[in-house]
Amino acid sequence: MDFSVLRNLISRYCVGEEYWVDSRTVYIGHKEPPPGAEAYILQRYPDNRIVSSKYTLWNFIPKNLFEQFRRIANFYFLLIFLVQLIIDTPTSPVTSGLPLFFVITVTAIKQGYEDWLRHKADCSINECPVDVIQQGAVVRTESHKLRVGDIVMVREDDTFPCDLILLSSSRDDGTCYVTTASLDGESSHKTYYAVPDTMAFVTEQEVDSLHATIECEQPQPDLYKECLCIYICLLFFRPLGAENLLLRGATLKNTEHIYGVAIYTGMDTKMALNYQSKSQKRSAVEKSMNAFLIVYLCMLIGKALINTVLKYSWQWSSDHDEPWYNQRTEIDRERHVIRAFTDFLAFMVLFNYIIPVSMYVTVEMQKFLGSYFIAWDTDMYDEDLGQGAQVNTSDLNEELGQVEYVFTDKTGTLTENCMEFIECCVDGHIYIPHAICNGQILSADHEDLFFRALCLCHTVQVKEEETVDGIKMGLHQGKPTSFYISSSPDEVALVEGMKRLGYTYLRLKDSHMEILNKDDEIERFELLHVLNFDSVRRRMSVIVRSSAGENLLFCKGADSSILPRVVSGKVEQVRARVEQNAVEGLRTLCVAYRSLSPADYEEACHRLSAAKLALQDRDQRLMQAYDFIERDFTLLGATAVEDRLQEKAADTIESLHKAGMKVWVLTGDKMETAVATCYASKLFRRSTQILELTKKRTEEQSLHEVLFDLSRTPCVCVCVFMSRLSVDCQDYGLIIDGATLSAVLKPGPESSGSGNYREIFLEICRNCSAVLCCRMAPLQKAQIVKLIKASKEHPITLAIGDGANDVSMILEAHVGIGIMGKEGRQAARNSDYAIPKFKHLKKMLLVHGHFYYIRIAELVQYFFYKNVCFIFPQFLYQFYCGFSQQPLYDTAYLTLYNISFTSLPILIYSLIEKHVSVETLKRDPSLYRSEDVAKNSLLCWPVFLYWTCLGLFDACIFFFGAYFLFDNTTFTSNGQMFGNWTFGTLIFTVLVFTVTLKLALDTHLWTWINHFVIWGSLLFYVIFSLLWGGIIWPFLNYQRMYYVFMQMLSSGPAWLGIILLITLSLLPDVVKKVLCRTMCPTATERQATASENGSDVFQSSCTHVRCIWASDISLEEVRGLNVPLGQLDLVYIIIPDGHAVAVILSLPQ
Amino acid sequence: MMASSYNAKEEDGNPSSATVHGGAGTVKNKKPDNTAFKQQRLPAWQPILTAGTVLPAFFVIGLIFIPIGIGLFVTSNNIKEFEACLYSVYSKYSFSSLSTLQIDYTGVDLSSPCFNCSQNYIWNSTTPCTCSVPFSLDQPFESNVFMYYGLSNFYQNHRRYVKSRDDSQLNGDLSSLKNPSKECEPYRTSENKPIAPCGAIANSLFNDTLDLYYIDPNGSRTAIPLVKKGIAWWTDKHVKFRNPAGNNLTVVFQGTSKPVNWRKPVYELDPSDSDNNGFINEDFIVWMRTAALPTFRKLYRIIQKKPNNMSPTLPRGQYILDVTYNYPVRSFEGRKRMILSTISWMGGKNPFLGIAYITVGSVCFFLGIVLLIIHHKYGNRNNNADIPN
Repeated sequence: MDFSVLRNLISRYCVGEEYWVDSRTVYIGHKEPPPGAEAYILQRYPDNRIVSSKYTLWNFIPKNLFEQFRRIANFYFLLIFLVQLIIDTPTSPVTSGLPLFFVITVTAIKQGYEDWLRHKADCSINECPVDVIQQGAVVRTESHKLRVGDIVMVREDDTFPCDLILLSSSRDDGTCYVTTASLDGESSHKTYYAVPDTMAFVTEQEVDSLHATIECEQPQPDLYKECLCIYICLLFFRPLGAENLLLRGATLKNTEHIYGVAIYTGMDTKMALNYQSKSQKRSAVEKSMNAFLIVYLCMLIGKALINTVLKYSWQWSSDHDEPWYNQRTEIDRERHVIRAFTDFLAFMVLFNYIIPVSMYVTVEMQKFLGSYFIAWDTDMYDEDLGQGAQVNTSDLNEELGQVEYVFTDKTGTLTENCMEFIECCVDGHIYIPHAICNGQILSADHEDLFFRALCLCHTVQVKEEETVDGIKMGLHQGKPTSFYISSSPDEVALVEGMKRLGYTYLRLKDSHMEILNKDDEIERFELLHVLNFDSVRRRMSVIVRSSAGENLLFCKGADSSILPRVVSGKVEQVRARVEQNAVEGLRTLCVAYRSLSPADYEEACHRLSAAKLALQDRDQRLMQAYDFIERDFTLLGATAVEDRLQEKAADTIESLHKAGMKVWVLTGDKMETAVATCYASKLFRRSTQILELTKKRTEEQSLHEVLFDLSRTPCVCVCVFMSRLSVDCQDYGLIIDGATLSAVLKPGPESSGSGNYREIFLEICRNCSAVLCCRMAPLQKAQIVKLIKASKEHPITLAIGDGANDVSMILEAHVGIGIMGKEGRQAARNSDYAIPKFKHLKKMLLVHGHFYYIRIAELVQYFFYKNVCFIFPQFLYQFYCGFSQQPLYDTAYLTLYNISFTSLPILIYSLIEKHVSVETLKRDPSLYRSEDVAKNSLLCWPVFLYWTCLGLFDACIFFFGAYFLFDNTTFTSNGQMFGNWTFGTLIFTVLVFTVTLKLALDTHLWTWINHFVIWGSLLFYVIFSLLWGGIIWPFLNYQRMYYVFMQMLSSGPAWLGIILLITLSLLPDVVKKVLCRTMCPTATERQATASENGSDVFQSSCTHVRCIWASDISLEEVRGLNVPLGQLDLVYIIIPDGHAVAVILSLPQ
Repeated sequence: MMASSYNAKEEDGNPSSATVHGGAGTVKNKKPDNTAFKQQRLPAWQPILTAGTVLPAFFVIGLIFIPIGIGLFVTSNNIKEFEACLYSVYSKYSFSSLSTLQIDYTGVDLSSPCFNCSQNYIWNSTTPCTCSVPFSLDQPFESNVFMYYGLSNFYQNHRRYVKSRDDSQLNGDLSSLKNPSKECEPYRTSENKPIAPCGAIANSLFNDTLDLYYIDPNGSRTAIPLVKKGIAWWTDKHVKFRNPAGNNLTVVFQGTSKPVNWRKPVYELDPSDSDNNGFINEDFIVWMRTAALPTFRKLYRIIQKKPNNMSPTLPRGQYILDVTYNYPVRSFEGRKRMILSTISWMGGKNPFLGIAYITVGSVCFFLGIVLLIIHHKYGNRNNNADIPN
């Protein structure tokens, strides 16, 4: 073969030479040219082994350790551990080494186990048998031995072992049916086509005799982007498209067997390339946690510095430095220069427990286990789907409680995406399926064409029951039941609607579409080309040849994309009907046709094939070709399909509104339809003032003026209530369309002053409780989310959608939620949480989100609190031991405090705590936005400061209480004295009891589990201490704890002291709780106390919106209100009957 | 893709991830169990801290704590603890009102009887310096009297000091006896022989001898019997501290060296009593339990109540404390004291506990009243305070 010619040919279709090396040449059946041949470059491809595992047996330990120590916290603890190993530190390396080892081991075991599962799965996949054609015979081999260029035979119901180009199929027409359920979740059968040149090869020998190469681009991960391949046999080349490429992971259906040549194997397959984890989303809680950690790190360094400085100033006098009874060792003396630094490090080590290693583990466990409760919730279980909520990321549980913006898709999310054909309109005549049974159809030319157009212009497949189940055939007495399958429910609805109108689409056979018309005659049309749908063109076309030999192009699509291309037809009537239907919330499509003359057809064919052949810019070229072909239409009519609202969608939206969330609907639909849906779903209410920012309006005025106008309108509103009725404030809704949005988002060239539309736009949006964005391209949805995310309040955003077009926004938003809809599982798979229905969002956010936020906030604060309590006494002790880094507690206590004595109660608390009942949260969505949870308020600095101060106070109580008890007196009834370890143990006992009881006081929900872990932890501490002190442990080189705990318990004053100190340290928190609850209860607490008095509830809803409540008010009083009235544009006074805005006052300065 | 649709349901060019194994792809067609645990509906007690519910607790705590505190305070005041700082004029101290006896015999002042000893201090002097501190008791000690020595500004809790010991050596381990732990440095070996007991704590064993004499009205001195048994924890004496195996301690300790500051080897600490010799010497054990704070006391001797219950343990009158002054403390500004104290069920004299109990009890009571007022003022708003379960 002459490769230089080939190269020239291909490079003609390439933009630049450098892309050439990015393609691969596949020799079908390994019929490579002889080694000496010119231009033959041996290309090496990976074998078909799938490696999804991360580790192998020998690299597990180093690689896993490396991965784990990349986490900053683990690395910090490793450093502490190393410092302890190297220098002489107060605590033994065990104290930090053991927890670290524990954490690392647990994580490693978990990851190792997961990897082992992956290995097993890989193995079973790699070893599954595959039939390969070699020397004209079928040879059975293992999957991982497949190589690029092998000819593979796949039987029915087998999955493809690698990406194959379909050479021939057992079906006569060279097609095969495939489901890609495991790839993208779409269970419908898709048709794939064999390379026309090889279609005829049916036996192994024939296939094996094939001499050809396939030139294709290097593997790309994009599942939906067409793969660029060219089939070359001698000098003949033919473009191949996605319809020829069978992807690994898909399953062969309804076809006996196929032959294909492997072009991408192993890790090059699209499935493997797509197997990559999503980017990590981090929750706001995690961010504040890190901020707190930094504060504590500074505190730690500060403490160590203070102590080091004090140590040296204290040691200044010689009698302190080195008294006769306590000489330094030789080593101590030698290293005098670096001693100060070593001392600093030693103090760091002593106080390092203030940053608890176990917090990370506990937080992770809490999130991991907590996500199960979401998945287990039967309230979010859908009987029809047979599925409950699904948690893909557990890291974001608490973020669900912080959402401020909800971006939702319309179709399939708010609506059922269960389409029903309502009517069609041909030249202004309206047809409704139920009404025409008695043959009212006027047999006009256009009507026939219209119905045929709808029967032909689609990609619906017919699935015949008989091919699946032979027994069924008998039952129906030879009358095969068939149903339509399509990835688009609209098409099914249309084709079924046509069936009811008398035109039945039968099947596609030998590239002929068969239609049963209303006279029960079968009409055959040859399908010449399908111009697929895409969201940019918003239409699709087919070119068919009728039995009379006439070439027809049928096109259907959105009115906006069809009508401009129409040259004849009753445009006005149809347009009016379309608009009327859209207002009613129906989904409309326009249908048009064009009769192609043979010359036109030739031209079209030429352009299409030229575009399809292009290796580079193929999409663009196809666009141009489509654009050229789809023109000069004659309008036939329009269809209307209804998409019903989802169950309780309106109720959910209302709740979200009440919860203070701003709901944005982002849809690709046309404005009228979308607005109708918005009203139906109560996104807009009758009282909502609608602001429009649409193309229509911007055509009249300049964008700048419109924006400026709008931004003035909802400035600040003051609602004055005259009675205790609960009243809604005036709210605004904004409608914006895709074109205007892109104009707004476009960085203005005239950057001087007015250029910044974004800010004005954001300002408008901020004042609108509901925004509808219609005519959105998928990428624009993500842009909007990004825009809001980046606005200066940095609100938490949530995106919810069901289709592949929502994936980008789901990935972009802080929390992405997928609906397990009818359009595949793309969205569900890419989301963080997947729920069966939109209504489940309510429980997800209002209940689970709220709970998990409260839980994790308490978890984080409590962890810091208990470690301040733990370490601060140790800091204070340094002042009494000559700053010698003497630890206060025994090694075992230091090690186990965070791991076992105080870990379980907080973990359980953070899993099952409920401060109010689920019903209350559901009943009163305003709790979601109440000041006690919204805006991350439980993790704000004042709360953090309170917890830290409480910790410091408790620590001082522990230490100084014990100090005064011990101060120069006897503590036992037999006159014997206690030593420093008893001192530490006493403090530690008080500490463990106090922090555990503090948690007990915070617990609002006491189940048996809470009782078990709280009292169990305390009991465990006592038992452990008894055991630890009860035996001379042979493996320890010190026995300092021997009988210390028992001796302490045998002393009466110790008991009294412990009780006193525990009471005293819990006292302030209890008093604070009671006072806060009584004097200024939070909204949640008020709800929890379920007060019947209306004013409470009323005020709570009133504080959020900028409004003032007054019982009886006049204009003068409004002026006298303590509000900067100069900023007010409007004052709304809502009269007692509650539904009308009675007076709008414009207030003079 | 062959799929077509009309509502912009199209891939946006973002690579979508498709999981290979299991993961999200596995469809669980199982309804989640409707168990109380999984649905988070476990039966629960839901207490709420409100003024109304906490009120009684505060009063109860107040009512319990105040009597306990008063009891503790009274008990503490009944404890006789005799304390004197005899570096000033000792005769001033006739302890009628104070019930503690602490005698500082450091000898800082010129007037102090032990001034000379403290000045001319020589380690290893063969002739011990002795001094006598006279004092008088105005009230008798009725029950058992515990005699303590106290040290101030002595950092027994210094880290270097605390760890400077070898517990296995002290537990009678022979290999540790010959090869003490590294922690004992620089008190590990002397003259190339291992030190037994090694370490800074043992090395600095308190070695003053205190004797107490009652001065009869006729001027004769009667030695008060001081019991040295039972001053250490029973478990320390019998389990934690053991002599190395062997009948003759002298033989057992052969090849070891005495701590540098000691005047006699460990096996001669109490030659008279083999149960109190070597590592299980109670004075030694008491010293080895390092104190928590730089000012501390340690039990030295017990003056037991005489079997005939009639006469007090220490009748009122004149006494002399005879000190064999061996232990230097002035180099680090330390102080030495002798303390006599009786003990009650709550230990030695410590007014803190009683006062603290009274204070906390009163605070609780006071808070209870405050809460009562608040409860009455705001209470009608929170009438039905408890969530129905």
